[in-house]
Amino acid sequence: MFQLLNTLLIGITSGAIYALMALSIVLVWRSTRVINFAQAGQALTSTFIGFQTLKYVDSFWVALAVAMIAGAAISALIEITLMRVLLKHSSSGAIAGVAPIIATLGLLEVIQATITLIWGGADSLITPPLSNTGFTIGTNTLVFSPMKLAIIAIVGILLVLLSLIVQKTSIGLSLRAAAFSPELARLAGVRVDAVRTAGWALSGATGAVAGLLLVANGNGAFSTASMEFSLLLISGFIAAVIGGLESLLGAVIGGLALGIITSFVLMYISDSLFFIAPFVILLLVLFIRPQGILGKKGGRRA
Amino acid sequence: MSTNNALLEAKDVNVAFGGLRALSGVNLTVNNHEVVGLIGPNGAGKTTMFNTICGIVTPDSGTLAFEGRDAGWPATDQLAKLGIARTLQGVGLFPELSVIENVMLGAQKFARTGLLSASFGLNTRDEKDLRDRAHYALERVYSASISANRAGSLSYPDSKRVAIARALVSHPKLLLLDEPAGGLGAQDIEWLNRLISDLSGEMSILIVEHHMDVVMSVCDRIYVLNFGEVISSGTPDFVRNDPAVITAYLGADA
Repeated sequence: MFQLLNTLLIGITSGAIYALMALSIVLVWRSTRVINFAQAGQALTSTFIGFQTLKYVDSFWVALAVAMIAGAAISALIEITLMRVLLKHSSSGAIAGVAPIIATLGLLEVIQATITLIWGGADSLITPPLSNTGFTIGTNTLVFSPMKLAIIAIVGILLVLLSLIVQKTSIGLSLRAAAFSPELARLAGVRVDAVRTAGWALSGATGAVAGLLLVANGNGAFSTASMEFSLLLISGFIAAVIGGLESLLGAVIGGLALGIITSFVLMYISDSLFFIAPFVILLLVLFIRPQGILGKKGGRRA
Repeated sequence: MSTNNALLEAKDVNVAFGGLRALSGVNLTVNNHEVVGLIGPNGAGKTTMFNTICGIVTPDSGTLAFEGRDAGWPATDQLAKLGIARTLQGVGLFPELSVIENVMLGAQKFARTGLLSASFGLNTRDEKDLRDRAHYALERVYSASISANRAGSLSYPDSKRVAIARALVSHPKLLLLDEPAGGLGAQDIEWLNRLISDLSGEMSILIVEHHMDVVMSVCDRIYVLNFGEVISSGTPDFVRNDPAVITAYLGADA
């Protein structure tokens, strides 16, 4: 029973971080119909900016805020300088629709190389702001700690905030319209370019939170070569697909489901399946329910 | 037709798609508070002319002046700011959004909120302002009662009303109606005629329409396009009796 609870809570926590990455991927997908693989590099860059901030200000939360703003700015910049041009150039021909996605893979490498130049390859350390010592039940100590509880809370708050922005604000309304049909949205009077930049900025800020929380959820160590960030990207992508790529709530449910299932597989089957389990889940979803758990079948997706 | 009364003045517009000349030397003027019709057989270039004004088609040559100023050829998302709104052939609503949300999209130019304040303050005043404007526009087309419905669930005539509301909500100086009567029954067409007459007190209107009764009864002036050229223009009576028009339409021996 204790083991079960422990496994569940570990799964929910890592799932919550996957969910953030998934949210970030969904926001970009909804605004430009691009899967942004560079998001792993962007999140890592934002995390380093948070790390740098901690050298001047002794507060994880301030660093988180700075990283979010930096993440938003970097992401917006990528959309304005790179994506806007690529989307225009690739509107027709064999490469249409694919070029921007491949470009994000290239961009990922460029970002990795750049941050290695700036911060070197050695391990950096961000001390988690809250205790990573687990809560105790009777004589048993859980892996679940105040830090992990905070992670889940932050993801909950971000989901609510992002949903409010998308559902209740005029920018969110424009985002939804532009996602359906940019041409129609333009004719209706929506400034599609500005709306896309806003979508990327929101995505960048969310990705920054994912990066810093990923580090804080572990022992605080990370480097420019961190494998964890590539895994975060893959998990986030799989979570987004499980959720149907369109829905913010779907992304969070997908992240949690992925986290919990993976956690149980590791605990009860074999930890050698760690790298395989997420892909098996991805394949299963694509086979059984390609539109995702919250996706609608056959709707027009411009 | 004095020039200083002109709201929209397109001069010598040429558009070619590959080898096909879609528009040849088209001159078109819409004066303030005037209802102007653009008619012609299928493929005459009516929609191309609309698309050119709307920044969807870039012309090979020609100039566009709006309110007496050279407007260049505006980008599509600048039209609302400029004071031009357009409805589409067919419907062109966002089926997943509610009726009121569809109309609110047309009012975006009134939104003052930037991303930052939208994210932190969730500026509800702005939201309410857009909603009020949308509601008022829907009332004008007698569709306020369906504002919560999903646009994808509407009947065709209702969709067309909502599309007009979305154009009206931006308070355009020039309203472009692309086949507004298409697919409508007699009652709805009668309603449309009344609406256009009402609106002409507040704005200029340019209509592409196949339905001749509508064009002849609401328009002050009419341009007739054929094979991308203006073959006739003038009052409905003049155009109706112009031999060039009759030839074009009846395909009498050319």
